[in-house]
Amino acid sequence: MLAILNYRAGNLTSVKRALDHEGIPCRITDDADILARSRGIIFPGVGAAGSAMKNLRENGLDTLLKDLISRGKPMLGICLGCQIILDESMENSASTLSILSGSCLRFDHELLDEHGDPINIPHMGWNSVKLVRECELFRDVPQEAEFYFVHSYYPEPRSDLLIGLTSYGRDFCSVFGRPGLWAMQFHPEKSGRPGLKILNNFYRYCMNI
Amino acid sequence: MKTQRIKFCKCLLPEENMLSKRIIPCLDVRDGKLTKGIKFRGNVEIGDPVETARLYYEQGADEIVFYDITASAEARGIMLQVVEKVAETIFIPFSVGGGISSLEDMRAVLLAGAEKVSVNSAAIKNPEIISQGAEAFGSQCIVVGMDVLRVEKSPDCPSGYEMVIHGGRKRMNTDALWWAREVERLGAGEICLNSIDADGTKDGYELDLTRLIAGNVRIPVIASGGAGNPEHMTRAVTEGRASAALIASIVHYGEYTIPGIKDFMHQAGVKVRRTW
Repeated sequence: MLAILNYRAGNLTSVKRALDHEGIPCRITDDADILARSRGIIFPGVGAAGSAMKNLRENGLDTLLKDLISRGKPMLGICLGCQIILDESMENSASTLSILSGSCLRFDHELLDEHGDPINIPHMGWNSVKLVRECELFRDVPQEAEFYFVHSYYPEPRSDLLIGLTSYGRDFCSVFGRPGLWAMQFHPEKSGRPGLKILNNFYRYCMNI
Repeated sequence: MKTQRIKFCKCLLPEENMLSKRIIPCLDVRDGKLTKGIKFRGNVEIGDPVETARLYYEQGADEIVFYDITASAEARGIMLQVVEKVAETIFIPFSVGGGISSLEDMRAVLLAGAEKVSVNSAAIKNPEIISQGAEAFGSQCIVVGMDVLRVEKSPDCPSGYEMVIHGGRKRMNTDALWWAREVERLGAGEICLNSIDADGTKDGYELDLTRLIAGNVRIPVIASGGAGNPEHMTRAVTEGRASAALIASIVHYGEYTIPGIKDFMHQAGVKVRRTW
């Protein structure tokens, strides 16, 4: 069973619907026992870093998560869940979980799109991911696949954590982590079949360790 | 200094430095059924919105728009059931519009699993619904639909485009360009821009209007009304500077397919999503 971390931030049911569709057993939960017993944790989230951190701290989920990860529990962070595992975020100047090293920055308004006009913020829509390092979550995912993004801030992790790059006015890191602890800025649950494949690959990893 | 920096960025602009342009089929729903059956090439007519959404999803639609034209309040619950079923069936974003006039309407549709809600006439009558919706659910959820009529330029409509509601039957004496900037200021995440003049003609999108609006706001604009062939869609996202093109009858009746449209656009040099 995978646990979808419930920290009262944004839409958790879309991840659940995707896992249900793929026949992957899962529960939306903030219960320490269930999280500990799960084979892996998905850390989703839409919303702002500041209020998300507040909710995590109030429920003691910040220390619980760090503890579980230090003991080798696999985790996949999605969107806000990917940004918040870094040290800090420019959004609300929040200090975040520090599970992986790096910070989260805002897209610069001076960046330009393909017409030479300033980019729209948020970065919303389908974009590609160039893998700079092999990642088992992308096994059997076509290289040309695109993924659905909605965000105004982007992660900038320590360079050795970098897995995938996406271009939007500039190259930014859209996938990072290490085996068993991954984070992605896009929404695999909204990215059609390639996204569902990533969720399946994560589940398979969790079941095989 | 600032100009220099911008020039410098331009030189570094990579080829693929952009989002894919989205192709978005629009489905009209009444009392939980499509208002007109959809005929896919060689297939029988389908009236079920969930099944139709699944087919478009499998054919590579980048997003789907549902427009609910249900009149009675009690039939609204039927639409929410449709939205729930769609959310369990397709794994791309979809939006629901038609008759959304309160935060509660928005919440119900989003909780049922839609990614976005679209407000149209309610937003003109009560612009605060945009800011309230953006505040409660995030700007990315709030699409403002604009129905626009070409008119003589006047002090009230200096852009020569006027906002209309009720399918164009009621003119609002509101300038379309002013309104587009206003909805952006209020926190809309996207504009779905429908030309009443072009709608149903199949002669192509209203490119002057599309360019005018898309060039003056910093939120994505979906071009709507007038699609007759893939060339029209290509022009809407190049000359028209739209981020997406809404299509209806040309795919509903099997004249064109989404993969065919995307192949055409790709060959015309437009970045579109071609693997799904």
